[in-house]
This record gives sequence, structure tokens and C-alpha cells, in this order.
Amino acid sequence: MLIKKPDDIPSSEITPEIAYLNRREFLAAAGMTAAGVLASGAVGQAFARSGAPQEDKPNTWEEITGYNNYYEFGTDKEDPAANAGKFRTRPWTVKVDGLVKKPADYAFDDLIKPYKLQDRVYRFRCVEAWSMVIPWQGIPLADMIARFEPLPSAKYVQFTTLYAPDQMPGEKERILPWPYVEGLRMDEATHPLTLMVTGLYGKALPNQNGAPLRLIVPWKYGFKGIKAITRISFVEKQPANTWQIANPNEYGFYANVNPEVDHPRWTQASERRIGVFRRQKTLMFNGYADQVGKLYAGMDLRKNF
Amino acid sequence: MRAAGRGNSVRIRKTVLFLTCLIPLGYIAWKFRADKLGANPIRELEIETGLWTLRFLAITLAVTPVRKALGWNWLVKYRRMLGLFTFFYATVHLSMWTGVDWFFAWSDMGGEIVKHKYILIGMFTWLIMAPLALTSTAGWVRRLGKRWTKLHRLVYVAAITGTIHYLWAVKKDTFFPLVYLAVFVVLLGSRVISSRLGSRPVPTIRSDASVAA
Repeated sequence: MLIKKPDDIPSSEITPEIAYLNRREFLAAAGMTAAGVLASGAVGQAFARSGAPQEDKPNTWEEITGYNNYYEFGTDKEDPAANAGKFRTRPWTVKVDGLVKKPADYAFDDLIKPYKLQDRVYRFRCVEAWSMVIPWQGIPLADMIARFEPLPSAKYVQFTTLYAPDQMPGEKERILPWPYVEGLRMDEATHPLTLMVTGLYGKALPNQNGAPLRLIVPWKYGFKGIKAITRISFVEKQPANTWQIANPNEYGFYANVNPEVDHPRWTQASERRIGVFRRQKTLMFNGYADQVGKLYAGMDLRKNF
Repeated sequence: MRAAGRGNSVRIRKTVLFLTCLIPLGYIAWKFRADKLGANPIRELEIETGLWTLRFLAITLAVTPVRKALGWNWLVKYRRMLGLFTFFYATVHLSMWTGVDWFFAWSDMGGEIVKHKYILIGMFTWLIMAPLALTSTAGWVRRLGKRWTKLHRLVYVAAITGTIHYLWAVKKDTFFPLVYLAVFVVLLGSRVISSRLGSRPVPTIRSDASVAA
């Protein structure tokens, strides 16, 4: 039996947010560097701080809750924090349907009651080539799926976000074909790393991060992490996920983090880790290759991007 | 002397304009030090300096249409400074990319330029603005004569390629890049219209020597 660790950043490394090394140091270094570049353009002055080796320090609460792609609340990174304050996360129903033995509508509290919430510190990599390290809290999707009892014919799990333009002003514009839909192959969905997230830093998940329930698949680009989930369907055919519908040349179904396959318009070989001055090399499968590589053995990841 | 008096007031106005054109940079720098650029300040620096490049380009290109529409021929005295500030902001924008974002990783940047068209067209835009900045002086105007005007038509190309650079860089929200495109289409279109209407070109190139005396 192959025993796999659920993640490779021990939850013992969750730093209390107050004590966490912050952006002051980074900004001082960057400020000196930028000032040097601006003022004199002299290369010599610019080496105020050498690049740190890749560390995986959890990002601060402010960074994680203040820099979000959640177009249902606006397309600027600060929009979700600004606009999601009044979003109603209770009462919340999650419909479970499709090829399952026991389709049902679950009240949110009934859905999560049977489980002990787990703390997982994961790398998060956006397709835009920035990244963070985030201490999520939630339930392995595998445990939920076991409860739903999918039929053998179910090959994929499909998730849908709430459609409520009165509460989610971004949904009034057709910037994306609402409601937001995502999906996973069954083996991806039941993988130990895949998490249904309800909390952040041990606290309730903020609205701008996808409250009350969102998906996190740490080896894939962040857009796979669908937020504000109201429906989980078990289906036979590969779902059409929203970003692939919006721009099929640029966004695919698998969306595995892959430094060897660039986005058509920008590189995926390196990333901006929020809070770190130097660019970082992007890791295959976001550093989870040991745990997930076998899911894609023999697959052409350039074609199935 | 009357010329000296006029020269002094122009010098004062140029100084005021110079300082005004530095305000956007000062504001960006202030926001940076005050930690008001959000969680990804490097990206914000690139975006802000890029937007001000496009804005100064639009202001510079608006000089001639406004001058013709309102008869404000004095505007042309300030056009060179506005054009140079456009190039200045473009250079700061480029420096943010090379010196801060990529931190002088030249071969990585070379790869970016070759593989990714929005970087390539951005680099191209800066490169065609450079000779315009270099030949902005009175000496070069004299040296190049008629060819100066022809060379400086590259600014129209820069406006379009600079906007396409912006359009190709955004993930999905093409609204603002398209706004800039519309602005430049109007500014360039107005030139096409006024030349079609056969309006006599007012001498737009004047050596500063005539006003500084």
C-alpha cells in the first residue's frame, strides 16, 4: 500500500498571521532597488538584495483576502474584498445530483457536520503567473464523495457557483458565461490533496475567497478552484469549464501547473510569489508532482492543457 | 525687450509643465512607499507606468487637433516636452520590467521577447520612440529638415502598437485597452480628416531659439 502525505508543507508550519514575516522587508529592498533603477539606472546599485532561495512561507491574511480573482464581484484584484461584504452565505444549499445513489439538497451545516476540518497549507498558483502559500481549512473532497456514493458510470465531478446577479454584481456583465462551472476527473476529485475549503487560517473563509464553500486543487491553476459552490453533479462526460468556454485557446480543462507549457501570451516557467521580491521558478504540478504525477502518466500535457 | 519678457513667461510655464508632468511619477512612488499598491506592487508599478505612457502619448497627440480646432497655436511650444515625457514614462515602464520584475535576468527576458508577442510589441514600441526622443532637439529638426516630419510619424505607429501591447497583456478585461484604442483612432482620424479637407499645415516645428531669446 502506497502511503502518501496529504501535502508536503506540514500544517505545523502555519504561522500566526501577526508574527508572519511581512512585506516591509521586501518593500524596503524593492524600494531601494527601484529607487536605484529610477534615479540612476546604474546596475551596481540595484543589487540591494539578492534573491532568496525558494521558500514557502504562508502569505498574510491581508494578502490572501485582499488580492483575488473573483469576477463575480468585479475584475480588479481589490474588487472582491470591496464588493463581497454583503454577500449572504447563509442559508446555503448545495445540490448534489447526477449519477449518484443518493441525490439530495444539503443545507451547508448538514453537509459539513460529519467531518473534522483539516488544516492544509498549500501553494496556490494563478494562471496569471502569481502565487501564494495559503493555510486552508476544509474537508477532503474524497470523503464527501464517499458519502454521496457516485455510480460507476460517473467519470467526472462538475461544480457550479451561485448565480445571483443581485448579490454578485459582476454577474450582470457577460465577462464570463455565468454561472461559473468547473470540473474534475473522478481520480482528481478523489485524490487526497483535493480539498473542499470552508476556512482560512482556522477562521471562517471570507466572502472574497469563495465563502462558504470552495474547491482547492493545489496542483492546478487557481481558476480550477471554483468558489461559492451551490451544486455538485456527477456526470459521464467531461464538463465544459468556464474559462475554457471563454477562451479555449488559452484555458483548458486540465489546467495542470506546468512550467513547460506556456500560456499562449505569457510564460508559465516562472511566477511572482506575492511578498517575495525575486521571481521564482514554477514547479511541475506546482511542486506536487510526486503525489499527482501518476494521474497523468502517458498523457500529452501540451495538448491536454 | 519684448522678446525677453515673452521668453521668460514661456520659461516659467515650461517649468510648471515640467513639474506637473512629474506628478504622476511622484504619486506612483508615494503609493509604493506607503504600501498602497496592493499585494503585487511590482505588477502595479508596471501597469501604472504603462498607463501613464499611453496617457502622455494621447496628450501629446492631442496637441495638434486641439490647436487646430481652437486656434491655440501656442500649444505647440509644449509639445516636445509632452513627447519627451511620454518617452520618459515608457522608459520607466521598461525599467520596471527589466530591473524590478525580471531583475536583469537578460536571457530570460530575451526568451520572453521572442516567445511572447505582447512583450515583443511592447519592446518594439519603445524602440521606435527612442529615435523620436533623440531627434527632438532643434539641432536635429534643422539637420533632418523635411525628413524630420516623416520620421516623427512613427509616433502614430507607437500609439497603435502601444495600445495593442496593453490589449494583449490583459487576461479578459479588454474594456480599457479598447478605450485607449478608440481615443487614438479619434486622434489619428482627426489628422486624416483635416489633411483631406486640405487645411494648410501651420508650421509646427519651431526652433526654441526663437522663443528663448
